[in-house]
Amino acid sequence: MSDSLYLDEARDPLIIAEGWMKDGKDVAIATVVETWGSAPRPVGSHLVIDADGNFHGSVSGGCVEGAVVTEAIDVIGSGKAKMLEFGVADETAWQVGLSCGGRIKVYVERLG
Amino acid sequence: MDPYALKTLNAERRARRAAILVTDLGDGRDRIVREGDLVAGDLGAAIAKAFRSGNSGTVEAEGRSFFLNAHLPQPRLVVIGAVHISQALAPMARIAGYPVEIIDPRTAFATPDRFPDVALHAEWPEDVLKRQPLDSYTALAAVTHDPKIDDFALKAALEANCFYVGALGSRKTHAKRVERLLALGARAERIAGIHAPIGLDIGAASPAEIAVAILAQAILAFRSRGLDAKGAAA
Repeated sequence: MSDSLYLDEARDPLIIAEGWMKDGKDVAIATVVETWGSAPRPVGSHLVIDADGNFHGSVSGGCVEGAVVTEAIDVIGSGKAKMLEFGVADETAWQVGLSCGGRIKVYVERLG
Repeated sequence: MDPYALKTLNAERRARRAAILVTDLGDGRDRIVREGDLVAGDLGAAIAKAFRSGNSGTVEAEGRSFFLNAHLPQPRLVVIGAVHISQALAPMARIAGYPVEIIDPRTAFATPDRFPDVALHAEWPEDVLKRQPLDSYTALAAVTHDPKIDDFALKAALEANCFYVGALGSRKTHAKRVERLLALGARAERIAGIHAPIGLDIGAASPAEIAVAILAQAILAFRSRGLDAKGAAA
């Protein structure tokens, strides 16, 4: 992933996560680690989530963020990282899918 | 993620320095690797490749699974000279993913009218580069033909290890420029890295064609930049 010339600090997920951490919030970081077919966000993209379910960034075009947030709140509670997989053909495993037809793998971990 | 790793990563990104976050997907441990850090074995080779390509991905090494998230600064192009070539170069480079800044103290040239939607500085390069220093993810093209304007920026670009340095002018013009840069204290082996005459040899004739030749040469320099040479120069 390429960072912009001047980081857009107000919208940059990793900068926001650091700010939340400084404010004493519990934070989870979700990262796209693999994609197959047409995936809306490239490998390395982040969604950051706090314990109240506030989030910034994206791991898809908005298709699976809701599910990732739910899982992330779990991860914040347990401290145990999770690997999530989403795909349009995989609706039994997850209740949400990617309408673009691609598949993505998302790693969700707690910050600290 | 280790909070310290996140703080370090963000500090590197703010400073426009390349860094890779390496996460062991088995136990979740992570660390930051900076460009030029030595990492042994297959993992080291994968990290070197990620620094060159800027691509993130999962790699298998030492029987473990690692995720490499490559954070490379956005490459950019600084053009010295608000001339006809620059008018074509600015939009082309922006489309190719290289944001452009143009510096020219001649206020008759550096007008927003001639350069809409471009970061334009009607100031001396000395002043602009003091505020916004060049770095190894910046390309510099000097196209004014005027030593008073070009020379300082060229020397600064060599010192900052810019991934591409090009200067407009014939071989004869460049020979004189080399003498001047030596007199300014630039190192001969660095001066030899200046692309002059500027641009890939595509037989460019018009200002727009020269812009294509410059952009292509800068892209070639970025995509083929060697980490070893960079490390040795640092």
